[in-house]
Amino acid sequence: MNSQYDLLATLASLFGRLSLLSFGGVITVLPELQREVVGVHHWLTAQQFAALYALCRAAPGPNVLFLPMIGWRVAGLPGLLVCAVMTYGPPTLLAALTLKVWHHYRAHPGRKLIQSGLVPVTAGLVAASAALLTDSTAVTWPLAAIVALSALLALSTRLSPLWILLGGALLGLVLHA
Amino acid sequence: MKLSSSISPPPRRDDATAAIARPGCRALFLGFLQLGLSAFGGALPLAHRMLVEERRWVSADEFVELLGLCQFLPGGNVVNLAAALGARFRGVRGVLSALAGLLVVPTAISIALSAVYAHFQNNPVAQRLFDGLACAAVGLLIQMAFKLCQPVAVRPLLGGVALMCFIAIAALHWPLVWVFLIMVPLGMGASYLDRRFIGGVPEHE
Repeated sequence: MNSQYDLLATLASLFGRLSLLSFGGVITVLPELQREVVGVHHWLTAQQFAALYALCRAAPGPNVLFLPMIGWRVAGLPGLLVCAVMTYGPPTLLAALTLKVWHHYRAHPGRKLIQSGLVPVTAGLVAASAALLTDSTAVTWPLAAIVALSALLALSTRLSPLWILLGGALLGLVLHA
Repeated sequence: MKLSSSISPPPRRDDATAAIARPGCRALFLGFLQLGLSAFGGALPLAHRMLVEERRWVSADEFVELLGLCQFLPGGNVVNLAAALGARFRGVRGVLSALAGLLVVPTAISIALSAVYAHFQNNPVAQRLFDGLACAAVGLLIQMAFKLCQPVAVRPLLGGVALMCFIAIAALHWPLVWVFLIMVPLGMGASYLDRRFIGGVPEHE
């Protein structure tokens, strides 16, 4: 019983911290999340982590859904609820509270500077997320080929992401044998 | 779903280009429900079409400004957008309505999918399917990283900051807090110098 509370408290503090650090969207915190969930706490394997991320990409809705879904996998409904509150609560509270301030300073040069300072940081962090997830999914040559092919298709065509995901799944079935 | 918390009055609209409709909680819920369900891999283009062109809750200028805030703050951009609009139109109840609309049904769908995955996890055929799916999702992530890095990489200073962030996380495994504390000021400095001496154009908006 106690350990369940400990688990929920650990989840709450981890997700609260990550949600407040997820500047530029949740993709930027994927490496830290993977490190904690897979490396530190051993709640999921790297493969399960990647599969869960993929499932959340295949489902409709915003990408950030992936965070509470880890709570679901780790601690069921209480985990889902705790992680949802900690994932969505702090940033949305900030958004609702800073609306007017943001509007007020819309022409302030400081605002532009902070905004543009975040741009290269976000770019580097998203690239790091992509590299780390590639590392944990492209473990065989056929799988690496699927990663490369999907990236190429996404970059060079206007194909819907859903088709690319479906194609990847089918290719996995065929190639991986 | 809606708590009986004190309803803060919706912020006044002082913008001359203000849009037309002023949705209630029900409209917020339904609008973001539709958005959440039709968003596969990136809801932002859809959000613009829905909020500005179809439902006309905000003008195009307001949308850009709101989006700037939502991208600047931590958290999912579209989730922040829903919260900001909910707060603006209907206070606390508006926030809860918009978030519930955006998140509840997609979460249920994700749970169903993850139950399928858990059930077939040890089946070798299904495992191959899920491996392929995961690889395709990573491919999409690479595309996203590429699109974000392209405008940054052509400017040496900004590209340098991005590269340092990449190395700090992917190779050195620094804690994220430290990366932000060190790199965001560097990013601001780089972007200031870039604009001042290299004459860069702003990379977004």
